[in-house]
Amino acid sequence: MTDSRNPEALLVADKITRRFGGLLANQDVCLTLARGQLHALLGPNGAGKSTCINMLSGDLPPSSGRILFQGRDISGLTAAQRSLVGIGRSYQRTNIFPKFTVLENVRLAAQSRRQQPWRIFSNAMRQQWMLDKARAAIDEAGLGGRAERIAGVLSHGEQRQLEIAMVLATDAQVLLLDEPLAGMGSEESAKMVELLKRLRQTRAILLVEHDMDAVFAVADVITVMVNGQVLESGPPAQIRASIAVQEAYLGQEDSFHV
Amino acid sequence: MKLDTSLVLKLLALAGLACVPLAGADFYTELIAKTLVMAIFAMSLDLLVGFTGLVSFGHAAYFGIAAYAVALLSPKYEAASLWLVLPASVGLAALAALVVGLFVLRTKGIYFIMVTLAFAQMFFYVFHDTPLGGGSDGLYLNVKPTAEIAGFLPFDLDQPTHLYYFILAMLVLVYAFLARVLQSPFGRVLVGIKSNEHRMQSLGYVTFRYKLAAFALAGGLGGVAGFLYSVVFGFVTPELLSWHQSGNVLLMVILGGMGNLVGAVAGAFAFVAMQEVFSMWTKHWQLAMGLMIVAAVLFMPGGLSAVPGRIKRALQGGSAHD
Amino acid sequence: MDFASFLIQTLNSLQYGLLLFLVASGLTLVFGIMGIINLAHGSFYMIGAYLAFVLASLTGNLFAAIALGIPLALLFGAFLEWALFSHLYKRDHLEQVLLTYGLILIFEEVRSLLVGDEVHGVDIPAVFSASIQLSDVLSYPVYRLVISAVCIVLAVALYFVIQRTRLGMMIRAGNHDRVMVEALGININMIYRVVFALGVALAALAGMLAAPISSVFPNMGSHVLIISFVIVVIGGIGSVWGALVAALVIGFADTFGKVLVPELSGMVVYLVMAAVLLWRPEGIFKKG
Repeated sequence: MTDSRNPEALLVADKITRRFGGLLANQDVCLTLARGQLHALLGPNGAGKSTCINMLSGDLPPSSGRILFQGRDISGLTAAQRSLVGIGRSYQRTNIFPKFTVLENVRLAAQSRRQQPWRIFSNAMRQQWMLDKARAAIDEAGLGGRAERIAGVLSHGEQRQLEIAMVLATDAQVLLLDEPLAGMGSEESAKMVELLKRLRQTRAILLVEHDMDAVFAVADVITVMVNGQVLESGPPAQIRASIAVQEAYLGQEDSFHV
Repeated sequence: MKLDTSLVLKLLALAGLACVPLAGADFYTELIAKTLVMAIFAMSLDLLVGFTGLVSFGHAAYFGIAAYAVALLSPKYEAASLWLVLPASVGLAALAALVVGLFVLRTKGIYFIMVTLAFAQMFFYVFHDTPLGGGSDGLYLNVKPTAEIAGFLPFDLDQPTHLYYFILAMLVLVYAFLARVLQSPFGRVLVGIKSNEHRMQSLGYVTFRYKLAAFALAGGLGGVAGFLYSVVFGFVTPELLSWHQSGNVLLMVILGGMGNLVGAVAGAFAFVAMQEVFSMWTKHWQLAMGLMIVAAVLFMPGGLSAVPGRIKRALQGGSAHD
Repeated sequence: MDFASFLIQTLNSLQYGLLLFLVASGLTLVFGIMGIINLAHGSFYMIGAYLAFVLASLTGNLFAAIALGIPLALLFGAFLEWALFSHLYKRDHLEQVLLTYGLILIFEEVRSLLVGDEVHGVDIPAVFSASIQLSDVLSYPVYRLVISAVCIVLAVALYFVIQRTRLGMMIRAGNHDRVMVEALGININMIYRVVFALGVALAALAGMLAAPISSVFPNMGSHVLIISFVIVVIGGIGSVWGALVAALVIGFADTFGKVLVPELSGMVVYLVMAAVLLWRPEGIFKKG
């Protein structure tokens, strides 16, 4: 498989396909996410990006094809099990615990790494390792100083950062990030792009994103999807030069911002 | 040290409850004892409804199973040992909840409400139809369990005052237990499930297991209440498992504001008080109760539990309008 | 079990199952289309039975009672939808449970105030009071066959309404996509009112038909309600055909359970439900 050629490959999608009734939402999609790389997934609305990320995260079982994590077939694992092996995801629509503090959101994420549900008499807020891990993730995501805020009252951009902090607190090796820049102002966007650059150094990242400027600024590899299939995959220069991609989108770049 | 007002208020309420038997009004002592039993029952359901977000409409089943277990496990004309019957009946209730949980927790939302109700009805028929439960007349517990250990009798449940304090102690114990559990990592997961179960799963929690544990735990604590009921009243009937019983305890939880243990206790007191007041007026007291419930849902969106917040906002709005 | 008693139990199963279908079909439509859990649905069955009792004693005839009772039930249903249930659509399930639980208390107490708490019988109409002789000792009452026939006619009519009429098209559409229905300029509130009134009338009719064989007694709706829940769980929320199949399964399981394993009779239907939950937690005919 691909991972023999690329020893750093963490997550490999091998011809994954998903049908909804008669509709082929994804057809024979192949992707390789390697440590140290930021892999961007592009495509217009309805191209199948969400289906693809849902299959990788375990929210949606593939109809056929295999998903490998460090060479091991994880196609049959649930979302919870995939989180435990080291695949973390953030959602397109902010998906947090709005009534909890930022710290509690991230602490719950950290707690998931060492679950001891039978210890019903220990105090969650006095388990130092959880708090340390949570605070480290909060700082890394750039939310230092916001730990005691209620998550629901954070700004939109901060809530997206919180999502990433939660994923970081789970020690995820692979980050599946579904439109982390959606709805952000330019200043917030720039901060997030910096964050993504930092995170890439030690992890593998899949970034589903509409913001072309951001994608070409940070991506190491870009995969373009159309109608549920991979149209082109390669470094940004190759994608920019691709006639197929140009025909399909770059001429009508506006459609990316819809 | 900072004075914790909420702790002071709780201790004052506890002191008040401890003084009840001193007044010497047996009727009220027994009424409050009964209310304390319902308060334990309400707290156990609150673990599911208020903290885990599981709306069970069949919680009376576990109350009833433990109550029947006491009557069935006690010899006919002798006292059973409290130290055996209490854990056994509570354990049976928890076990029943564990088994039922394996089925009902496969469903969500409306299904969950209906299925919990249906399983409770099944247990109703177990005691109603089989020779085990003595039919619709139920069973008598002729002799209350004894607390004797090796010839030493620390307290005597046959004495109303002792029984009252035993119930009060159980209430405090169950409250302390739940408060502790809810602070633990396990408890935090339950609250997380209530807030956003999908996110908990994607963070690596197999939420089914946590919900199952909560369901069994709530069943066992409901069993504590059922045990006490059986001991207080000395007889059990299938009505203990009826859906009216499940509905009433749900009302108590909601009245007290879900997700609040002290609230569940207050809800039980409010419910029993309403029941007493309405039934003084008319034998059709349920009509008044029904009208109140309907009016509350229609005119207080967000539920009764939203009322304190609304009052607070109204008061603040009066003084500091922005 | 000889053939004659087997035949009798089979006919009883069909009749019971079909009657349950009348109650459960309204329940599942209200669940499926409006997303409302209605604990008071069993009360409509109870109200129907009492209507039959009161109107039959006034008119001296069950047919007249039913003819008067159905429009009354429709009106009552439309009124309830307007006054109460239309406020529940956007509320969470817990509030729906609360309000409809309160309604049960109200309905039972009003029934107690108006008619009292005694058990009453209702006479089978003279035309159908005969029995068909099946063997020397066994016979089968014609009235039970009539109930089954009426239920079958209604089931076919319901199928026709849902599959072939404009209202049915709206019901099916509303079941899937509320926004689309509104975009088509269809008054969804009207559909809700009609469907709810229909559900009330079907449950009340079941109560009226059952009154002569089951007699009329307080809280008679609660057992039917819980069994209807079981049917909806087995059949899948919103599926009328699932409700029909599940109602018949329950009719047979309950009737034959009483004969074959009398000690477990009350539990058989719940065991069937438990088995279905393991197999398909969302019901056999759950819609996509």
